[in-house]
Amino acid sequence: MANIKIRLLKNKIFEIVIFVFSMLIILPLFLIVFTIIQKGIIMINFEFLFAEKIIPGIKGGGILRDIIGSVILIFFATIFSVPVGIFIGVYLAENPKSKITFFVQWCIEILQGIPSIILGLVVYLWLYKTPLKFTSLSGSLALAIMMIPVITKSTEETIKLIPHSFKEAAIALGVPYYKAILKVILPASMSGIVTGILLGIARIFGETAPLLLTAFGNMNFNINIFRPINSLPYIIYKSWEYGTPDSLNVAWGASFVLILIILIINIITKMVIKKWKIQF
Amino acid sequence: MEDTILRTENLHVYYGEKPAIRNVSINFYKNKITSIMGPSGCGKTTLLRCLNRIHELVPTVRIDGNVFLHSENILKMNPIDVRRKIGMVFQRPNPFPTMNIYDNVIAGYKLNGIKKKKSELDEIVERSLKMANLWSEVNNDLHKKGTFLSGGQQQRLCIARALAMNPEVLLLDEPTSALDPISTSHIEELLVELKKSVTIIIVTHNLAQAGRISDWTAFMYLGDLVEFGPTEKVFTTPENEQTERFLTGKFG
Repeated sequence: MANIKIRLLKNKIFEIVIFVFSMLIILPLFLIVFTIIQKGIIMINFEFLFAEKIIPGIKGGGILRDIIGSVILIFFATIFSVPVGIFIGVYLAENPKSKITFFVQWCIEILQGIPSIILGLVVYLWLYKTPLKFTSLSGSLALAIMMIPVITKSTEETIKLIPHSFKEAAIALGVPYYKAILKVILPASMSGIVTGILLGIARIFGETAPLLLTAFGNMNFNINIFRPINSLPYIIYKSWEYGTPDSLNVAWGASFVLILIILIINIITKMVIKKWKIQF
Repeated sequence: MEDTILRTENLHVYYGEKPAIRNVSINFYKNKITSIMGPSGCGKTTLLRCLNRIHELVPTVRIDGNVFLHSENILKMNPIDVRRKIGMVFQRPNPFPTMNIYDNVIAGYKLNGIKKKKSELDEIVERSLKMANLWSEVNNDLHKKGTFLSGGQQQRLCIARALAMNPEVLLLDEPTSALDPISTSHIEELLVELKKSVTIIIVTHNLAQAGRISDWTAFMYLGDLVEFGPTEKVFTTPENEQTERFLTGKFG
């Protein structure tokens, strides 16, 4: 009997331990969000959001330059990475047993683990002799390389969930293979693919390291993709580096905006998953 | 004498090195229902899938022999043309989940980029759904998703989708195995009506079904075509001992 009581006790302890750890993970997130809201929200006003630029050490100004910069960087990173990521995902899902698939999956996993600063260094190395050195476009390229694994994986996983018989049904109607993929399989996978793209965007929105050597930074308002460009994480880093109380406040304010954007992307992702889910 | 529309000649099929079908020569007759029966793994589905060359989706499949539609060897034709003349319905109902009922019926035209006038498409949709005995049930819901229909209705939608391409032959791979008895009997009645306009070849696990609807019956066992004849004869006085054992439920 005592034996059984000890076992029940062990069960109870185990249940408590996993519960406590699950609750503990809320704490850091809560602290981060709390700190950023507390320190950042006082900065938010019309000027801070919509004034063209802010320069550490000079009073006033806003972060429109950095928001627009981030949007441009991410827009082009998305344009580069989406077709590539989807096509790789289709290949992997369509050839599940081939050795090439195995190898490519392995490469994608390694690519995903490469520190982002190193991606920045490599893209810099590729481009430093070309006119693309220190341009917005080279920043987008570095970010695109970070997005591709996320898009590829979600595309592959989603397509694998789609019953084979849809592809067969299309092909049995005399539809060529490529059209069966493009017009039947990909539309049916749309929610998963869009989710992957949004997660990829959320992932790279806050990246600073790969931008240091590629998009570089630009204290002036710029929308030319062939020139250096600023971004939200970059102004956070620069303001922090400058180190005066005023510029630290700018860092907090920009952090607040950045977190808010990422949060919104996450909420949209959840909505896409719910709304576009296809019933088979 | 029956009029042959489709026939195989010394057909061998291998998955890698493993033979799945050995030396099958069979004639399918015009405007008749032929059922292919046999225990699991006997090669009946493989045989069916060779008839519209959809077996080619499996990369390791190798095929020997000939398949003729009228007098043309389909293995030498463009597979896309073959599949427009020989339609197929699958085991599980599979209307395209992103399309509404209307678009599902004309999917063969839409996906192939065949341009037609709206009035022509309307006509094709109405005719195909009527042929599939589905028109009266869905004519007010043509723009709803096909996946909201019941299983039996979905399967009839898939039949309408195949019929919309005006095929000469319709292949059905256990089309009722995922359906309830009432939906099954709807489909069986439908197939008997349809044979006036299209030749039907059906793979089925269901002996009673084969007996009820088919004019000709083929029995396959371990990759061989063991017996082929008029359904009545195969069911009452089978020539082959294996067939008799299968029909009397001794194995299968």
